[in-house]
Amino acid sequence: MSHVVSPIRETLVGGGRSYHDVTQDICKQVEGEPTKEWKIAFSVSCVIFAYGAYCLGYTWWQGIGVWGLNKTVGWAWDITNFVWWVGIGHAGTLISAVLLLFRQKWRTSINRAAEAMTIFAVLCAASFILAHMGRPWLAHWALPLPNTFGSLWVNFNSPLVWDVFAISTYLSVSLVFWYLGLIPDLATIRDRAQTKASKFWYGLFSVGWTGSAKTWARYEYVSLILAGISTPLVLSVHTIVSMDFATSVIPGWHTTIFPPYFVAGAIFSGFAMVQTLLLVTRVVFKLEDYITMEHIEMMNIIITVTGSVVGIAYLTEFFIAWYSGVEYESYCFINRAFGPYWWAYWMMMTCNVISPQLFWFKSIRTNILISFILSVVVNVGMWFERFVIIVSSLHRDYIPSSWAMFSPTMYDIGDYIFSFGLFFTLFFLFAKFLPVINMAEVKSVMKGVSSNYPFKKKSEGGKESVTH
Amino acid sequence: MNTTEKYLVGVYDDEDEVLHAVTEVKGKGVKIEEVYTPFPIHGLDTAIGHPRTRIPIAAFLFGLTGLTCAQFLINYTMVFDWPMIIGGKDFFALPDWIPVTFEGTVLFTAFGMVFTFFVSNSLWPGKKPKTFDLRSTDDKFIMTINMGTNKKSEAEIEEILKASGAIEVNVKQF
Repeated sequence: MSHVVSPIRETLVGGGRSYHDVTQDICKQVEGEPTKEWKIAFSVSCVIFAYGAYCLGYTWWQGIGVWGLNKTVGWAWDITNFVWWVGIGHAGTLISAVLLLFRQKWRTSINRAAEAMTIFAVLCAASFILAHMGRPWLAHWALPLPNTFGSLWVNFNSPLVWDVFAISTYLSVSLVFWYLGLIPDLATIRDRAQTKASKFWYGLFSVGWTGSAKTWARYEYVSLILAGISTPLVLSVHTIVSMDFATSVIPGWHTTIFPPYFVAGAIFSGFAMVQTLLLVTRVVFKLEDYITMEHIEMMNIIITVTGSVVGIAYLTEFFIAWYSGVEYESYCFINRAFGPYWWAYWMMMTCNVISPQLFWFKSIRTNILISFILSVVVNVGMWFERFVIIVSSLHRDYIPSSWAMFSPTMYDIGDYIFSFGLFFTLFFLFAKFLPVINMAEVKSVMKGVSSNYPFKKKSEGGKESVTH
Repeated sequence: MNTTEKYLVGVYDDEDEVLHAVTEVKGKGVKIEEVYTPFPIHGLDTAIGHPRTRIPIAAFLFGLTGLTCAQFLINYTMVFDWPMIIGGKDFFALPDWIPVTFEGTVLFTAFGMVFTFFVSNSLWPGKKPKTFDLRSTDDKFIMTINMGTNKKSEAEIEEILKASGAIEVNVKQF
């Protein structure tokens, strides 16, 4: 659709592409033989996955005694990794839902990959939830199912139960949103398919999509409503994750600032992860005209904004710990910054608060290498944030005789490696077998914004001439 | 009765042109059955004359169902079936139940609405699409005219389609 767009706007798709070029560019990856780079990357991630699966399998078999937990530090890497992955899993829905509501058209070329990443990240998070239960085969006990104990139900007053509902709803709704967006593109691949196998599989999953005006009209409504309900959903998920901590009585955890602070942190780390992945994807799949400098810059701006919100939250926490006059609270924060875990705290401060401020400089936020490095740095920082919140609040409890430190075992590390293996294996499979860019949505914003779309003007007699 | 349906298929290659063409072709008294496009075009469905979708109403009703189900489940388990004494507080702890109620509402809305979407468009896994032109999922905008529902002759309609900017007019039979 042609909309009125300011001429100073950058074009969303570069290279003067036509609709057919878009189809061609995006379907190329799906239709062709896997490249050598893809095969190498996929093999490496499979090896990582296999090693991680061994570690996780051993953890399940032996129980969580194989982790480095002790009686003082009863939560460490498991919950750190869980919160970290769930946080990363916020960007996809944020991009596709919140940016849709705000009519941010640049989201169209990154939302597909971001949503896929979201789903995989939430699956990784779920692996820690299952593992930390100790008896993962009893995971269904977290659901309100009739049982032979009474029936004894789950406690709906508990944030941990809220979390079960929040994460599972979030995962399934994100999956539905993602799949719905995939259907028109799967139909495009189906209609171009040459081999029997791809005709069958893309035919199966494209559910007979034809792209009729009636279907599109309904589709637009469904997307809009899904975006409308996903926006509070995505905010609720990390709010509830933060309540796992905030409703407890542990100094350093029971602060009312947690929900907005966690949500900002989640968006921060999620966007950083999207940035990391897309900077690689655009080069590997030659999508520089779709994921342009404009996109990279926009992402960096969001990273700076959310990073600053997180920074203010850190300072507020510190201030309130002192201002409240509660000595346990004050001690907890002084211990975080200057106690035995000072290095983790300052790591967090440097990576999350200081480094994103570099994006104030245009030369830095438009530099691809620095953007890539900083996006990784942000996620290192966000991992340390969760580690600091969890471990440094626990390790010096009320009785000095039970003060302890936490050191991870190979299984703590191995289970973390498992999540990376799972994440990248799924991401590479996605990148090979599904279109990494939402073709239909990109096509729909090309003419409105790209001034260099080959514009057709009608001349006499129904004949057209192409002008640029 | 004749079982084969005959269609005239107008092929356009620009979304604004097809949108104008719909009004133009309709204005000349030709009944358009449907327009197939590679991406959504705002206002196309109303231009063709499709009624406004009622999917938002369905979504609201599913949401209401979700809310009711969640509240019913929580009240049944926490107040009636197995009330737990927690510091002597009221069994009916509504503020604590908002998160799960909210999630239930969202879950039912999303799944119910998408299910309705599939049913109302009669889409299901493995369905064979009724394809008029394979390029309609790539870069072409396809207008279909069912000859069974139109009185005008084929040549007349072809003329109208061409005049409205169609780059090709094909005949398709099912």
